[in-house]
Amino acid sequence: MTISVTINGEPIAATVEPRLLVCDFLRDHLGLTGTHIGCEHGVCGACTVLVDGRTARSCLMFAAQLDGAEVETVEGLLLPDGELSPLQASFRDNHGLQCGFCTPGMLMTATELLRQDGRLDREGVREAISGNLCRCTGYETIVDAILTAGRDQAEETA
Amino acid sequence: MMSSDRRNFRWIGQNLKRPEDIRLVSGRGRFVDDVKLPRMAHAAVLASPHAHARIVSINLDAARALPGVYLAVGGREFADSVGPMPTLSSPPVVQHCMAVDRVRHVGEPVAAIVAASRYIAEDALALIEVDYELLPAVVDPVEAIAATGDAVLHPDRGSNVVHNSRHVWGPLDEAFASAAHVVRRRFRWPRVSPQPIETSGAVVDYDRAEKKFTVHSNMSQQSVIGARLARALGVEPFQINFHINDVGGSFGGKSSLYHVPLIAAGLARLAGRPVKYVEDRLEHMANGNQHASDRIYDAALAVAADGTFTGLCLKVIDDYGAYFMMNTGSHGNALAQATGPYRIPALEYDLTAVLTNKTQQAPYRGFGGEVGNFVLERLVDAAAQETGIDRIALRRQNFIDKAEFPYRIPNGNIYDSGDYHRVLDRALSHIDLDAWEARRVSARAEGKRIGIGVATVNERSVLSVTELWFLDDKPAFPQTSSPESVRIRINADGMAVVTIFAPHWGNSPETVAKQLTAEYLQIDPDHIAVNYASTENGLISKGPVGSRYTVMLAGAIAGATATLKTKIIRFGAHMLGVADDEVEVHDESVSVIGDPSRRQSFADIARAAHSFRLSFPGGEDFRSGLSAEHTYDHPYTTMPKADRSDLGVFYPIVGHACHIVVVEIDERTNQTRIVKYIAVHDAGTIVNPRIVEGQIRGGIAQGIGTALYEIYRYGEDGQLLTASLADYAIPTAHEIPDIVVDHVETPSPFTEFGIKGCGEGGRLACMPAVAAAIDDAFRGEGLFVAELPVTPSHLHALRSVAGPSPE
Ligand code: FES
Ligand code: FES
Repeated sequence: MTISVTINGEPIAATVEPRLLVCDFLRDHLGLTGTHIGCEHGVCGACTVLVDGRTARSCLMFAAQLDGAEVETVEGLLLPDGELSPLQASFRDNHGLQCGFCTPGMLMTATELLRQDGRLDREGVREAISGNLCRCTGYETIVDAILTAGRDQAEETA
Repeated sequence: MMSSDRRNFRWIGQNLKRPEDIRLVSGRGRFVDDVKLPRMAHAAVLASPHAHARIVSINLDAARALPGVYLAVGGREFADSVGPMPTLSSPPVVQHCMAVDRVRHVGEPVAAIVAASRYIAEDALALIEVDYELLPAVVDPVEAIAATGDAVLHPDRGSNVVHNSRHVWGPLDEAFASAAHVVRRRFRWPRVSPQPIETSGAVVDYDRAEKKFTVHSNMSQQSVIGARLARALGVEPFQINFHINDVGGSFGGKSSLYHVPLIAAGLARLAGRPVKYVEDRLEHMANGNQHASDRIYDAALAVAADGTFTGLCLKVIDDYGAYFMMNTGSHGNALAQATGPYRIPALEYDLTAVLTNKTQQAPYRGFGGEVGNFVLERLVDAAAQETGIDRIALRRQNFIDKAEFPYRIPNGNIYDSGDYHRVLDRALSHIDLDAWEARRVSARAEGKRIGIGVATVNERSVLSVTELWFLDDKPAFPQTSSPESVRIRINADGMAVVTIFAPHWGNSPETVAKQLTAEYLQIDPDHIAVNYASTENGLISKGPVGSRYTVMLAGAIAGATATLKTKIIRFGAHMLGVADDEVEVHDESVSVIGDPSRRQSFADIARAAHSFRLSFPGGEDFRSGLSAEHTYDHPYTTMPKADRSDLGVFYPIVGHACHIVVVEIDERTNQTRIVKYIAVHDAGTIVNPRIVEGQIRGGIAQGIGTALYEIYRYGEDGQLLTASLADYAIPTAHEIPDIVVDHVETPSPFTEFGIKGCGEGGRLACMPAVAAAIDDAFRGEGLFVAELPVTPSHLHALRSVAGPSPE
């Protein structure tokens, strides 16, 4: 079947098999390998992307479901001049990653969180990322990274 | 250039930002599953549904007939072109990457498909018919010892017991005969595994004309493993070139990754196309060479009337699963610090290694040393209870004193340096124990228990290699060295380029290579680039295993930069018209001593050295270019004695840690929550504090998983009951608390700058502290944690046999 979808602002028309998963569509068909696959059963969150602004597990969704949707992936986060966005820079500044394999999913989950109104605190950030597994960091520095990046939007109360 | 004076360091000790991160936060990492080659096909592997069975027949006809399928192959046929996997076991426990005639654990590969897409390959798997004849499943390690007939996994070995040895070092009998207290406990250590978020994978291309393999994989130790994989593939080592990828976490599990690249390589050669094989999570859990130590201990500590430890007995049964790839290496590891931070003059180690129908063992952060630490620390806590001596005082009383280093433990290994009292003092300074005691009382009224645990453990680092074989009478690979190399060049523009030969797998090799090179050459890190070479362009390298990489890189970089510096000085002095000993190096320039206005920058010198040969005298001294390579051997190892009455020096770079943990346990649900966590480590001189703290926190997170949540459970029929991340619970952000991390630095006298390794320390220390905190929550009730993980149901069971509450 044929779908029209916007990926990181770029309109794309594609013919896809009905069973093609979004993660495979992004990675294999579009070459957007920043979205990672850790489990393919919806547990690890590494494959998280934004579909119409909401986080979605791209291993649990079919490409066919994307018709008409706006998709954002980690590749869309860089600023137009190629610099790291404040969120990306904050992950680097706070050592919020080690192997970096969970990081794209974490960044997309954090992107959704930072767009929401309201105050961010440590517990809230932990809650928000509790569906994203990281085996390297112990999470603390990821929480630091997201809180630091959110300082302009929400008062830190930790 | 060995120095322990931090004040002299310019770049060491700084929190340099990681160059690795820029690509990783941008979605531009280079992981194995990102590799895509022209004409590339995709493999899927059929896994055994049975724990133990003969393969009577495999029918691949229907799979082969499916459109889009290029190749379907069963294990017996595959073995015609791919030989057995490398193994350190001797005589070998034969293991094929695809089972031949017999499967020995659930998840073992039986057949494989190569197809136009992974989707089609998996469709074809469903069309394969395998006829199995079931054999008895051997699940219990104690029962496995006595098993006979069809319950022996490898009939050529005659028994499921693949190793049995007993060693005694020091005056053991006297220690136990004269002990006022003999503290005995039985421990059960759970089967857990690293479970990195990236599974294992390989993309392999085979050039039929040149008969060469090109391998992209997330394994490590390419330069060491390459030759072993070549043998299995029936080619010479030069016929395999391993590229180096980013690795999405290993924690040891990917260090001896053989089956995945071998399957992909064999399939690529048979199919005549590049083949990608990336395990899915279920394969990784059931067949990733990923499970770790699975042990039963009968342990005893001899204690004199005054509390002095005099002897330690460790009798261990270790369930290795179906194969024996790493031999008894993880026990060699435990022996490196078997007596912990304590003066214990006598040691017995009695090991029975047994095979069962489970996934085989491979290294996991700690590599068996963490189990030894757990058992010893639990015995010390038990000794405190039995002698009535305060657990902290008892530890202090038995600590090796800082004046006693280098300190030789009974089996021969040496500890280089340490100050255990200072680490403990520092940890205690971060907690108000009285306030927590008060909180303990008030919490009871809310139906909560508060408990405090303390562990003081050693943290051996910088793997050499004799530990992998010295427990074996007739080792298969009795190698004695494991060097590390770098190549450094200074380009004509003055930019230094450091080439390393082992992958980034969640450590920070580019960062530390930059910092170390900056320190040695006194160059700004922004003027240093780090890259990786494939094995065909490479030098010998073992890479990051056994908490060794930073120390080994430092040695290699020291050697290469020394050569470079000599040459820079020679060129610079000539350009300045003075003798070599009349110049000094600083701020990326060579200047005349006493007259800094006469100087030549590195960039000018590099340009001259690259392109102006005729401006310099003839002869070798002024050969063009500024490049150097250096291979660094482990700084201090010796051979074991033939009769193993002395194991030699095999792990002498020994750090230390004190963890203090406060838990809160819900009386009703038996749920354990960690409410405070303090970790003070001594990893010698620290190159990059933030990175070290990251390693410590990450290790603790995995330790909390081992202590409270994770375990592979097998049914009586050998079915793996915890085969997905939904069943095997690795901790989320809810379970891991914020952790206070602090450092003490006692530099190693044996390494460059006094650096020690730190990659495993968090996990080497965590579990006994958590267990002790749970005991302490039920203080006076006789509760003792001897088995992990302490799940709510396990704690419920412990509480029902413990005594009544005294309060
Ligand atoms: S890959 Fe989608 S949740 Fe793990
Ligand atoms: S950084 Fe490795 S899994 Fe999160």
